[in-house]
Amino acid sequence: MNTIIDKQYFSEKVVKLTILAPDIAKNRKPGNFVIIKIGEKGERIPLTIAGADIEKGSVDLVVQIVGVSSHKLSALNIGDAVTDIVGPLGQATHIEKVGTILAAGGGVGAAPLLPIIEAFKKAGNKVITVLAARNKDLIILEDEVRKHSDEVIIMTDDGSYGTKGLVTAGMEEVIQREKIDLSVVIGPAIMMKYAAMTTKKYNINTIASLNTIMVDGTGMCGACRITVDGKTKFVCIDGPEFDAHKVDFDEMLLRLSAYKDMEAKAYEKHISCKTQS
Amino acid sequence: MAENQTEYYKIERAQEWRAEIRKNIKVKDRTEMIRVKMLEQDPLIRNKNGLEVNLGLTEELAVTEAQRCIDCPDPTCITGCPVNIYIPKFIKKIEIRDFLGAAQVLKETNSLPAVCGRVCPQEKQCENSCFYTIKLNKPPVAIGFLERFAADYERNSGKINIPETAQKNNIKVAGIGSGPASLAWATDMARMGYDVTVFEALHEIGGVLKYGIPEFRLPNSIVDIEINNLKKMGVKFVTNFVVGKTASLDDLREQGFQAFFVASGAGLPRFMDIPGENSINIFSSNEYLTRINLMGAAKDDYDTPVPFGKNVAVIGGGNTAMDSVRTAKRLGAERAMIVYRRTRNEMPARVEEVEHAIEEQIEFMNLNNPVSYIADQKGRVTKMVLQKMVLGEPDSSGRRSPVPLEGSEYEVDVDIVVVAVGVSPNPLIPASVKGLETTKWGTIKVNEQFQSSIEDIFAGGDIVRGGATVILAMGDGRKAAENMDIYIKTTLKHKSND
Ligand SMILES: Cc1cc2nc3c(=O)[nH]c(=O)nc-3n(C[C@H](O)[C@H](O)[C@H](O)COP(=O)(O)OP(=O)(O)OC[C@H]3O[C@@H](n4cnc5c(N)ncnc54)[C@H](O)[C@@H]3O)c2cc1C
Ligand SMILES: Cc1cc2nc3c(=O)[nH]c(=O)nc-3n(C[C@H](O)[C@H](O)[C@H](O)COP(=O)(O)OP(=O)(O)OC[C@H]3O[C@@H](n4cnc5c(N)ncnc54)[C@H](O)[C@@H]3O)c2cc1C
Ligand code: SF4
Ligand code: SF4
Ligand code: FES
Repeated sequence: MNTIIDKQYFSEKVVKLTILAPDIAKNRKPGNFVIIKIGEKGERIPLTIAGADIEKGSVDLVVQIVGVSSHKLSALNIGDAVTDIVGPLGQATHIEKVGTILAAGGGVGAAPLLPIIEAFKKAGNKVITVLAARNKDLIILEDEVRKHSDEVIIMTDDGSYGTKGLVTAGMEEVIQREKIDLSVVIGPAIMMKYAAMTTKKYNINTIASLNTIMVDGTGMCGACRITVDGKTKFVCIDGPEFDAHKVDFDEMLLRLSAYKDMEAKAYEKHISCKTQS
Repeated sequence: MAENQTEYYKIERAQEWRAEIRKNIKVKDRTEMIRVKMLEQDPLIRNKNGLEVNLGLTEELAVTEAQRCIDCPDPTCITGCPVNIYIPKFIKKIEIRDFLGAAQVLKETNSLPAVCGRVCPQEKQCENSCFYTIKLNKPPVAIGFLERFAADYERNSGKINIPETAQKNNIKVAGIGSGPASLAWATDMARMGYDVTVFEALHEIGGVLKYGIPEFRLPNSIVDIEINNLKKMGVKFVTNFVVGKTASLDDLREQGFQAFFVASGAGLPRFMDIPGENSINIFSSNEYLTRINLMGAAKDDYDTPVPFGKNVAVIGGGNTAMDSVRTAKRLGAERAMIVYRRTRNEMPARVEEVEHAIEEQIEFMNLNNPVSYIADQKGRVTKMVLQKMVLGEPDSSGRRSPVPLEGSEYEVDVDIVVVAVGVSPNPLIPASVKGLETTKWGTIKVNEQFQSSIEDIFAGGDIVRGGATVILAMGDGRKAAENMDIYIKTTLKHKSND
């Protein structure tokens, strides 16, 4: 159970894992996520289902290595098993034909974005995707994204690939040029905040997929709570997607940093143990 | 009480061994004995460790306490127990030192006596209906302590009795959630020969018994032994499986499950919706306790983090609040405070827990209510703003409701706040099953047979009652099992007649 059957590095810090989980593969929809736990003493972390193969009974996860748990997960190899995996969790993306979709993926956000653009494209929409990252190495899934987009714009902070500039510059270029009916933005919270501000200027409906801290993922704890339109919502059961113009991103950014110091220490300790042994 | 049940009690009571021990000590002498005291860890030691507070009764203490029970001809205590444990019978077994026999009696109606002996609000239930309480105005027989004693004795004896199961009938039934309601239901279904599977969303079995109630009140090892017994009876447990998400009820019907028992609990924490409540280090009690109890966050070698606060405030007056505040104290809080808007008399927590909390130097700020929180630049809570309350006129329920005292606001330094103001029913199942009727509170509607608006779905425990108790949840599980059996047998008969 939960065996890893494929593993592929997109970059030094981003890895794709294909894991056997037939029930999840069968029932997942775009926008859903899983919670995984590595080892008896591991923590529960949420990861978006980037793709699934019902026949093989597998799901794809694309993980950015940022701390202890993502590192532990990335250290597993083909044939190893993930201790716990539960899902598919969260509300699925509401897919319909609206016209032209402007999708924006920041860094590893390209992975959760992929099944969503795939579904919008299948529903008959025109899909324009902006992929953005700090540098060329961090642009992932470009080929897959191209397959499901009518047009792909690449932006890098340092200009090492595509156009030099931030994701918002790429988005604005498209918005100036043609009518956009819906925008979908997924990436680091700070990127989503600015992307949402950009589309707001033009009154374009925008959804963001939020990556808050979570524990259970079933609505039981409230760790994932955020403010949307002045009301408290739980990302794991009410989301993860919300109207980006109504999300209090500043509060979310603060809440995301709740364990920053503890996590940094834990990561140092984890890495130094690894290198010693 | 049912006619035949009363009759049964009469016959049992007339048995020679019972009549014999009644004669041993005069009733008057029994009633003059003093209620035993539970052996406990010293408060100022236990509030620094995570070990169980109550240490249990010795055999001598248990036998002495058992002697206090006068084996009433009309045992009112039984009516106070939601699962009608045959209380005098098990107590008299203890008096004759047949401790395993006592455990046997408990298990006839209660599959988790070691749990109930520890966490039941006895002072509101069995002990509240004891002859001593209602007629003599004396401390009741310590039914809870004795129940715990017998159950622990059996467990430690290594001769734990696994209930016999009827011949397998190969009819598949599913429990949803693995809390006490489901465990009780599964025990009875397995006994009747059903092929029982219990699905649990989390990675651990036990529901609130595992993720909520802390080790110092209910060690996980005790729950695990009960779960292992169920496994020995053939019950299958599937963790990491969210019914309604991982598979729908229709998927499960397709896999051959004939009936379902939904016991998904009241998992959704309530907040107060006051300014600053989403600041960092303000937790729901569920999150705080889950991090520590389920995820091991307070231990060094576990990955899940939890902050250790100096000034910890817990909002609420129920068991959940007591568990949270006493946990914070054990994690080194200098001030661990309960903030509750009514007085101690209205606190819904078990009386023993409130007493233990006071002994452990928990501060009680009664007639106080938070109105907002203040955070620093990093978003971390630093102060709570409290408002003083007074008790007003009794409302329709007869409870005196708290009324805020205008202009009484003041600030208290805090670095962790735990909000324990109640839970709502988990909406996952109601939302995922079309046609399942719910009440306006979001609980699942059931009839007296614990059957929902969909005939193959039964439900019980907190998802039906809102936040209730372990023993009520278990009672529901048992009644649902009884009725599910009838339902399955009649539908099968209809099918074979077709
Ligand atoms: C619904 C959902 C879907 C997600 N999907 C993916 C995915 O497909 N791929 C992926 O790589 N990640 C995804 N995430 C984020 C992922 O859960 C976190 O990166 C992971 O929990 C980090 O765990 P860690 O122990 O490795 O790092 P930690 O030790 O927890 O954190 C290390 C550093 O990362 C920061 N951090 C922690 N959590 C997050 C977060 N949620 N978002 C941004 N920064 C964070 C911390 O502040 C800290 O500085 C998703 C999150 C949610 C809620
Ligand atoms: C901290 C705390 C202390 C308490 N102290 C006491 C006490 O001292 N005495 C007392 O009598 N009562 C106490 N209670 C209340 C008591 O624990 C509950 O009334 C009781 O546990 C309810 O049992 P249940 O079986 O209905 O649900 P729960 O114990 O809540 O179990 C429900 C389970 O269902 C799972 N689940 C939910 N949805 C799904 C799904 N879709 N698929 C699969 N699984 C699902 C959940 O993960 C959970 O494990 C306390 C509660 C808390 C939180
Ligand atoms: S189960 Fe609870 S209420 Fe019933 S006798 Fe035992 S302690 Fe009392
Ligand atoms: S009411 Fe009290 S004294 Fe009477 S049988 Fe029950 S426990 Fe014993
Ligand atoms: S992660 Fe616990 S409620 Fe959302």
